Amino acid sequence: MKENTLRLIGKPRRRVDGRAKVTGQTKFADDIMLPRMLHCKLLRSSVPHARIVRIDTSRALAHPGVHLVLTGKDFQVPYGILPVSQDEYPLQPEHVRFVGDPVAAVIARDELTAFEALDLIDVEYEPLRTFSTPEESLEHEQPRIHDYGDRGNIHKAVSLAFGDVDKAFAAADEVFEDTFFYQGNTHLPIEQHASVAAKDPDGKLVLWSSTQTPHYVHRAIARALQMRPAHIRVVAMPNGGGFGGKSDPFHHEIVVCKAALLLDRPVKICLTREEVFYCHRGRHPVLMQFKTGVKRDGTITGVHLKTLLDGGAYGSYGVASMFYTGALQTVTYHIPTYKFQGCRVFTNKPPCGPKRGHGTPQSRFGQEVQLDKIAEKLAIDPAELRLRIVEKPDTLTANYLQVTTTGLTECIRRIVAASDWKTRFRKLPHGRGLGLACSSYLSGAGLPIYFNDLPHSGVQLKLDRSGGVAAFCGATEIGQGSDDVLVGCVAEVLGIDPLDIRAVTGDTDLTPVDLGSYSSRVTLMMGNAAIQAAERARELLADAVSRKLEIPKGRLVFAERRVFDAEDPDKGVSFSEAVCLAEAAFGTIGTTGSYTPPKLGGRYKGGGVGPSPTYSYSAAVVEVEVDASTGWIHVPRVWIAHDIGRALNPTLVRGQVEGGVYMALGEALMEEQEFRRLPKRLSDALVHKFPSILEYKSPTTLEMPEVFTELIENPDPRGPFGAKEAGQGPLLPVMPAVANAVYDAVGVRIDEVPITPEKILKALEAKAAGKSPRYGPAKFADVPWPETLQVPPPWEGGDGKAINSPPKAAKEPARKSPATEAVQS
Amino acid sequence: MKRQVHIAMQVNNEPVEVSFAPYKTLLEVLREDLNLCGTKHGCELGECGACAVLLDDLPVLSCLVLAVECEGRRVTTIEGLVTYGRLHPLQEAFADLGATQCGYCTPGYLVTAKALLDEHAHPTRDQIREALAGNLCRCTGYQQIFEAVEAAIQSSAERGEAKLAPRSARPEEAQP
Repeated sequence: MKENTLRLIGKPRRRVDGRAKVTGQTKFADDIMLPRMLHCKLLRSSVPHARIVRIDTSRALAHPGVHLVLTGKDFQVPYGILPVSQDEYPLQPEHVRFVGDPVAAVIARDELTAFEALDLIDVEYEPLRTFSTPEESLEHEQPRIHDYGDRGNIHKAVSLAFGDVDKAFAAADEVFEDTFFYQGNTHLPIEQHASVAAKDPDGKLVLWSSTQTPHYVHRAIARALQMRPAHIRVVAMPNGGGFGGKSDPFHHEIVVCKAALLLDRPVKICLTREEVFYCHRGRHPVLMQFKTGVKRDGTITGVHLKTLLDGGAYGSYGVASMFYTGALQTVTYHIPTYKFQGCRVFTNKPPCGPKRGHGTPQSRFGQEVQLDKIAEKLAIDPAELRLRIVEKPDTLTANYLQVTTTGLTECIRRIVAASDWKTRFRKLPHGRGLGLACSSYLSGAGLPIYFNDLPHSGVQLKLDRSGGVAAFCGATEIGQGSDDVLVGCVAEVLGIDPLDIRAVTGDTDLTPVDLGSYSSRVTLMMGNAAIQAAERARELLADAVSRKLEIPKGRLVFAERRVFDAEDPDKGVSFSEAVCLAEAAFGTIGTTGSYTPPKLGGRYKGGGVGPSPTYSYSAAVVEVEVDASTGWIHVPRVWIAHDIGRALNPTLVRGQVEGGVYMALGEALMEEQEFRRLPKRLSDALVHKFPSILEYKSPTTLEMPEVFTELIENPDPRGPFGAKEAGQGPLLPVMPAVANAVYDAVGVRIDEVPITPEKILKALEAKAAGKSPRYGPAKFADVPWPETLQVPPPWEGGDGKAINSPPKAAKEPARKSPATEAVQS
Repeated sequence: MKRQVHIAMQVNNEPVEVSFAPYKTLLEVLREDLNLCGTKHGCELGECGACAVLLDDLPVLSCLVLAVECEGRRVTTIEGLVTYGRLHPLQEAFADLGATQCGYCTPGYLVTAKALLDEHAHPTRDQIREALAGNLCRCTGYQQIFEAVEAAIQSSAERGEAKLAPRSARPEEAQP
């Protein structure tokens, strides 16, 4: 479709679900109230690591108003989001791994009764050694937190080399080695997770849930409850914020399903805020080391990155998170030789998983801060340095990721101009500073979570004689505007008004599969599927109208709820008449569209994480004011430019970009998931330091700076109308830009997030004492790396395959699992 | 022991009588006993602002108010902002300008912003920031919320509308 023909796409407009949201009528999972509904509460482990010796539920069962108590013995089959990490049970049968791990569930007439009964369950624990840091987990192989994984408490470790980095360092003029630490933090969606399960009148199971991934929850329930998937319906309710935190199948979802089936009554659970902190699946704490070789002009000769991820107590998306820490460096900058070593270990803390940016913000922080140091040493302006090294369009990177279009150069130019960078950087008075950083991000993971060659997104359209259209898609509205993208794409192609279209989304009974709202995939994948379905419908209508009006099909225009002759606009029919003509000619009008990404990625082990049909790019300048006497940091202004390909609805894109900047500032300045040990005389338990919104600090309206957003539009051939993602990428450059701005302001390096006043003061004290003006980790950990997989980059004649096959790490026998794929068939 | 209490109050300009367990918060009574699910909760500890409603025209966190304290008082929830099928200018502006993303915190913002505009017809950006500082939004980055409040001020002024709802007594003047 030609740009000048677009009527709707690209113009700011009220989102289709806007009215529902501002009138409070958007129905979230906890807003579902059903007749005879019971309430569920989970008893969670009070100890961080233990064997369960005994659970006595008799007193709870006898409590008036209690209908059912479930424990681990009621669930036989483990599940998990990744096929390689099926390590969770809805209720732990014998082994608890963190404070908050669920061990029993009470279903009662109301929440209060269920709460009361939790206190009546007696659990006897036999404590095990607790691992609070990755270093402790590396040091002690026993007891194992899980009986699977590479060895001891290492979940997964990899070593990948794309060319010879030692040669690259030898060829460099300067080699930099820096160690960074990125603290973990959590999503903090304002909506607490909630789920309601019921048997429908036909006896089949329905789950309404705040989930970003109904398709994966559907599969997990079928597996965990050993049920026929066709008799399970999962409805993803609009999420009150997700940010990745509602992407795993959760204990509470499966527990209420089981309870509803047993009791034949609807069962609801709504987690408390404290429990949301235990669900977590948030940002992994990552210790990392960047070794980078550069020529005097700033050209990178090679990079060697090592990352150590604190995974918490379960697998979750962790293997993917670990690969993501090493995936996208090459997509941002040209790195001819690259070595990545990553390791994820288990600890006795809530499991980490995907949070906005999934695994990439941590190493993005390290790389961008190191580039700032490199620029200073080489006496090159940091913006200029980046302009010299940005990855080029239409490139296959060293690790076999395919860059199509990139707007990074333009992003850098725009923020440099907008922030008056050239006249202000390194020239502001002491205490004020500017910092710059860049990033790239996926527009959808190129591979699904479980192996299959099916479409990643499907859209089905039903055209009514009234001129109304129903659009069905499994995509999940988590606030990002996916319903608006669906409707916008269909309305554009069919020339009707968005309000003429009803979006039916996120329902495994009614809608074609879309893999879910994660990896920034929905706009690109669902958008392409929606365009295909709409174009097929337009083709049918055009056939019928062209016959009726005797106009060649190619001359027909679909616009303003009409189908008319481009050469004689008065000659035409209304859209509803066009539907009737088509229905008379072809029968009921319904079409489908689907999207499958092109085959992408290298064929080496690990090559499946990182490929995407296209990548978005962002660049940001952050201005800070630092009070050198207190260390207090104030951020008055942020400039950000984002390569969006095309903004389908600029109002929503801007919201995604600025929301990303906001969340990034939270991570940069204050948000952290911290733990402490209770004193020995209590229990020595490792507990979350502050599982509450009050103590887990996040930016309010008072901390939020002015944000100047620029959208760079350079349509990508693979995106719907050229669009790329906006939900995750714009978060990435902000944290390192803050660190770089602090250096510009007061001359100290904070090689760690969050960047708190305390750390700035410590660095300033070190500087005053003549020591290294820096706060950050001293060294990387001692990790037993596996033998390196050698994958020659494309320019060394590589074909994406490894040229060696290191022996597999010695593994324990696979855990016995009664689950079989037979249930799925 | 008497299991339920019974009170009368004015909810969204309608007289309402309701019976509930005496420990219940206003938030719980609104959602569970009056089916007014537009009011949300994010913590039930007074930390997030999602449950804000107007009590005698002043914003309160309904998770921290015991419902039994509301006998005879006037409660305005998000459902009460629409009058005769017309959205409040704040609602129009929030929908048009991207001030709502997931929509979960939105009802709390709208009632809090309404209280602000009823008090000051033309607040500055800083006054808007201050008034909304008790409401957390994880989606928007706040900027489009500020802009929507400012646009609503503008559109109310252009339409020559004074306050949509009559300004009521201050709490000290209200019935005990």
